[in-house]
Amino acid sequence: MAVENKQENKLSKPISRRILLGGAATAAVVLLKSSYGQVVQKAITHAELKIADPTKVLGPPPGALGTRSKFETPVKKASDISSRTPLQDLFGTITPSDLHYERHHAGVPVIDPHSYSLTIHGMVDKPLVFSLADLKRFPSVTRIFFVECSGNYRGGKAEMTPQEICGLTSQSEWTGVMLSTLFREVGVKSKASWFLAEGSDAAVMTRSVPVNKGWEDAMIAYAQNGEAIRPEQGYPARLLLPGWEGNTSVKWLRRIELSDQPFMTREETAKYTEGVKDGKIRQFSFVMDARSIITYPAYPQQLQKGWMEIRGIAWSGRGKIYKVEVSTNGGKTWQDARLQDPVLDKAHTAFRYLWEWKGGEAELLSRAIDETGYIQPTMKQLTDARGQDMGGYHLNPVTSWLVQRDGKVLFKSEK
Amino acid sequence: MNKLWIVFGSLIMWSCNNKPRHVIVSAEGKVVYTDSANWPASFGLGRPASSSDIAKMDLDVRPDGKGLPVGEGNAIAGKAIYLTKCVACHGTDTTSGDAKLLGPVLISTKPGKGKTIGNYWPYATTLFDYVRRAMPYNEPGSLTNEEVYQVTAFLLQANKIIGEQDVMNAKTLPKLVMPAQKRFIPDDRKGGPEVR
Ligand code: HEC
Repeated sequence: MAVENKQENKLSKPISRRILLGGAATAAVVLLKSSYGQVVQKAITHAELKIADPTKVLGPPPGALGTRSKFETPVKKASDISSRTPLQDLFGTITPSDLHYERHHAGVPVIDPHSYSLTIHGMVDKPLVFSLADLKRFPSVTRIFFVECSGNYRGGKAEMTPQEICGLTSQSEWTGVMLSTLFREVGVKSKASWFLAEGSDAAVMTRSVPVNKGWEDAMIAYAQNGEAIRPEQGYPARLLLPGWEGNTSVKWLRRIELSDQPFMTREETAKYTEGVKDGKIRQFSFVMDARSIITYPAYPQQLQKGWMEIRGIAWSGRGKIYKVEVSTNGGKTWQDARLQDPVLDKAHTAFRYLWEWKGGEAELLSRAIDETGYIQPTMKQLTDARGQDMGGYHLNPVTSWLVQRDGKVLFKSEK
Repeated sequence: MNKLWIVFGSLIMWSCNNKPRHVIVSAEGKVVYTDSANWPASFGLGRPASSSDIAKMDLDVRPDGKGLPVGEGNAIAGKAIYLTKCVACHGTDTTSGDAKLLGPVLISTKPGKGKTIGNYWPYATTLFDYVRRAMPYNEPGSLTNEEVYQVTAFLLQANKIIGEQDVMNAKTLPKLVMPAQKRFIPDDRKGGPEVR
């Protein structure tokens, strides 16, 4: 039986399969209880969405799982190889787990947590195999930080949302065991300088990581935002290297091998390397440099005259955000934005700047400055530093939004 | 194997002395080291990994050849495999870079064919490692070691790195010097005001 008021919400026509699956005409997806007491998803159109006076209708009883409001439909934007976080639809700095970006090289594997294991071997005193239960029994840590793909810049046209420009960054509260704790358990030999991290997806993803990152702040996470990690993020356990390019945080982690040299896997040679000057190719560029983006106002919002809060996020893989500056006149003058406390290390940091739009043309920019003194560059500074052959990795240019007189906000694409 | 990488690896170990220590991360994300003196020497978790446990999954191949299995093959045998198991997604030397192929072009004998084995890959061992673990895309891990040597030889020959008769095995593959190897440099960004 439908939980909604029957009279008010009677569906005028049978629901087609396309609508059930959330076709173009969908206004909302609602959860209904079937006559067997199962909760089923139904998508309904605007015309069908008649809302009863909520003070006159008994609401649904407590349920086993929470749901989003039927009026809210934030979605990831998926291509064949990745799926992007809707930055413009989010508040604060935690990415809801089901909106965390995805980038994987051969799909999302299904891994039975009972047969899952992590083997650590190579230059160690005691090679060991840990079950998921073993990992969960070690002293644990919880930490908030971002994960960002190093290929996180798209440009090319004016009609682009923050999600399309740089939606391959997301933030979670992660819980797991520090890799240093496991290194201690297996007895990493002092001559070991690198380790290989290997996933158990169909790409059997591998990356070499300097061993010191393992001693410093790498973790093996099994939980994300209070629950088990989602399959798309590496269920049941993954490596996390705070502040480093996402690909190195190998998901579905099955094996770590300690070595005295890097393995030169495909993902650290043919991919995730970038052309720099004099025909050179930069390799092992792990750290994500500081970046920011204004997520409001941004395309496709339509501005109304008056006061508003310019909002966005800033982050740096090298530490804390020290300052975010905002310009409303294309970079002629800059003002400090307000940062939301607490400002965390290697974490998305919310910034806000109060602004009155009087109806004229404006160009809105933000630039992040991190605690090392690095100032988020423009695309021109990046090209000047790296040359024309720089490719698409580690691009963190200042993003600029053009506000037109009619209130349209457009992306000023620079590449 | 380039000594540079070994040096680089130790350079980014700012303070690493590899002494057992415990890392705590504070609520602000500050990393605090405490020594693990009050910890048991071992938590006794996990079971010893036997050599057969390790052998079952130890797939990786290093540039010095460590990890390469027995077996061998040349380009003539490899071409036959390529034409049945790879060409549909990767095309041939005459396929253009923008053809609607599912996989990237792998043969780069002409200019403007994009970054691939002949003009971008720094180590030949990477090719063996990657094909063995991840290809064919629709049937990963289905080739025998012998077949991987063969198709590796073919791709190297098609990219003009070796000749048709050259045999690729655990001895010969690590000895090849790839044209792009000298172009690779370690990350030179280091934070601070300079944009690199
Ligand atoms: C069903 C399509 C398909 C088939 C068949 C296939 N591949 Fe691939 N291959 C791909 C895709 C897709 C990628 C890119 C994967 C990625 O980027 O993670 C790829 C990537 C590669 C690469 C890396 C290229 C680079 O520049 O990084 C190599 C080498 C390769 N394949 C070799 C082979 C060989 C050898 C075979 C046959 C034994 C084969 N592939 C069969 C789809 C295929």
